[in-house]
Amino acid sequence: MIIPIPTESFVRRVLLRLEGILNKIFGNDLNPLYYLGALGFYFFWVVVVSGAYIYAFYKTGIELSYPSVEYLTHEQWYLGGVMRSLHRYASDALVVVMVLHLLREFILGRYRGARWFAWVTGVLLLWMIFAAGINGYWMVWDKLAQYSVVATMEWFDWLPIFSEPMSQSFISREVLNDRFFSLISFAHVTIPLFILFFLWIHIMRISKPVVNPRRRLALGMLLTLLILALVKPVLSQGSADMGIEPVNIDIDWFYLFIHPLLDVWSAGEVWALVIGLSVLLSVLPWLPTRHKQIPKRKQIPVAEVHLKDCSGCRLCVADCPYEAVVMRPRSDGMHFLEEAVVVPDRCVSCGICTGACPSSNAFRSEAGYVSGIEMPSLPISGLRTAMMNDMAKLEGDVRIMVFGCDNAANIQKLRSENVAVLSLPCIAMLPPSFIEYALHEHHVEGVLVTGCRQNDCYHRLGVLWTERRLTAQREPRLRIRAERDRIRQYWAASADLKELESELESFRSGLQRGLGG
Amino acid sequence: MAKPLQYIGQGLLYALFMGVIGYFSTFPAYTHLPPEEALIKLSFSHAGKPKGACRERTPEELAKLPMYQRKVTTICPRERENVVVELEMDGEQLYHVVLEPGGLSHSSISSIYRRIPVKAGTHTLKARLNDNGGDHFNYVHEETVNLDPGRIMLIDFKEGNGGFIFKTHNAT
Repeated sequence: MIIPIPTESFVRRVLLRLEGILNKIFGNDLNPLYYLGALGFYFFWVVVVSGAYIYAFYKTGIELSYPSVEYLTHEQWYLGGVMRSLHRYASDALVVVMVLHLLREFILGRYRGARWFAWVTGVLLLWMIFAAGINGYWMVWDKLAQYSVVATMEWFDWLPIFSEPMSQSFISREVLNDRFFSLISFAHVTIPLFILFFLWIHIMRISKPVVNPRRRLALGMLLTLLILALVKPVLSQGSADMGIEPVNIDIDWFYLFIHPLLDVWSAGEVWALVIGLSVLLSVLPWLPTRHKQIPKRKQIPVAEVHLKDCSGCRLCVADCPYEAVVMRPRSDGMHFLEEAVVVPDRCVSCGICTGACPSSNAFRSEAGYVSGIEMPSLPISGLRTAMMNDMAKLEGDVRIMVFGCDNAANIQKLRSENVAVLSLPCIAMLPPSFIEYALHEHHVEGVLVTGCRQNDCYHRLGVLWTERRLTAQREPRLRIRAERDRIRQYWAASADLKELESELESFRSGLQRGLGG
Repeated sequence: MAKPLQYIGQGLLYALFMGVIGYFSTFPAYTHLPPEEALIKLSFSHAGKPKGACRERTPEELAKLPMYQRKVTTICPRERENVVVELEMDGEQLYHVVLEPGGLSHSSISSIYRRIPVKAGTHTLKARLNDNGGDHFNYVHEETVNLDPGRIMLIDFKEGNGGFIFKTHNAT
């Protein structure tokens, strides 16, 4: 019945330490590593807005493109030049946050189970963003553009799909056509439209996605890019000349790293690398791992709705972070309008819906009571029994019940003769009534609620929902009769166990003083 | 952490982010072609001769055809010969390739696009092409050229213009 606590990888521990440091510098609310996806959206919009401005002045043609970009860069440096630099640097920043986002989700195991959809669509986005970026460099039609176009065409010519090599279209000024510039301009607008569409698909299976970073973080990033644009404005590298090979090129390594690779490896080897890596990334959610984060569905069954106890209140729908619960018209003849239905493919068995269900109330009298929506492997009555049994063993004047999360600090290590623990798949699986129940009739003197770090909940919204329930801002609310000074919240990742232990000691001392000890 | 320290830390991290973006957006510079080298680009499309000779249809063959197809009395094999290309520089073979005709029936053109970096300087280049399946190269062109460092020399082939064309001033 108990879900095994995930093993910790070294890389994950390092990442959590790093995030802990950034939390101290930025605060949990502004930690950039918690907003990598949102920053990706943000930089995309900066690219779109700056690109729209540049596009208004851009001219398509062999003889027109380069001078039009030069005009913007030098004659209109104060706005056009800044916009060009912003366009480039925001594109580069997009790659940085995109790669960090991918690495972070991988290290933290947030790509398995129902999250496969966002992961796989993210891999597609990688391709599109690189395609749009590389295509953008061609529009300038300077030596870098010449180098990039020729290198890309030579790479694509390896594919056995063209009757004549595409590179032949770029061997001399005479064979190059103005239509090429119309084509790449069209592509540079169309590909970002597809990116936008796929960004929407990327987040469509998660509820309340964070697509905007906090305002202060967004301003900080914009200011950073603006300063960079002024200090080091983006410049062209001389007009393209098909008779002279670009020898020394200032290359944008964020996008164009693949070209130098083609000088080291053959085109076929680079294709094998790119396609192999894409396939590997795409199947990653289904490959076995030593550090399993979300248990396999066969091991942990998905949530089940018990219509007898479901009033169709929609709280589970509102709280599910994966849009795995939907409502449909009542099917059992009861007088409620709707009933909850679980979408098995989307459910990760986090139990947040159980914590949201009013019928999970721990004060219900039946011995084997069930909730309107339950985790079959962790029935709510079983949890209450486990909690009661653990509390019954406690000794001492200050007894504390600790509720925690399997994906955060390992609360099993806090267990002692006067500390009972109950670890859940997500802290938001905890119905607030369990806290009242633990405090009721002095089963324990205090309750400590812990889970993932703020803004970094493994199940996305669990910490937020718990905070709001405990401060009576969200249903099901912790009732007023639960004495707040006997309840402590402390959010701690697996790397924060020592801090959690200190917090527990501090809480215990406070309770001791309150008891007059 | 104290507020001033937080602000300093944030400033440093924003500066680090700026530094990473600013640096890798242009540096380190990449040397695509060593400075003492020039580039020869061998690039053209050319159809080899049909394999086998054309012949007249016999009256029996014509009789089997529908009326509208009988106007064409000559038939030729679809398949074409491979195009063999060789390039010599200063008497040494630089490149040799056998280009198969394109298409499922091997009836289409043969194409090539190849970059060949060479030392800059004055060289005698000889290009040869065989498109008829015979033992000898039926197109040969030799020329002494001066290749400046970084300069691209284009070797084209146009049957109508007499064969190979060396373009040493392939600039815009």
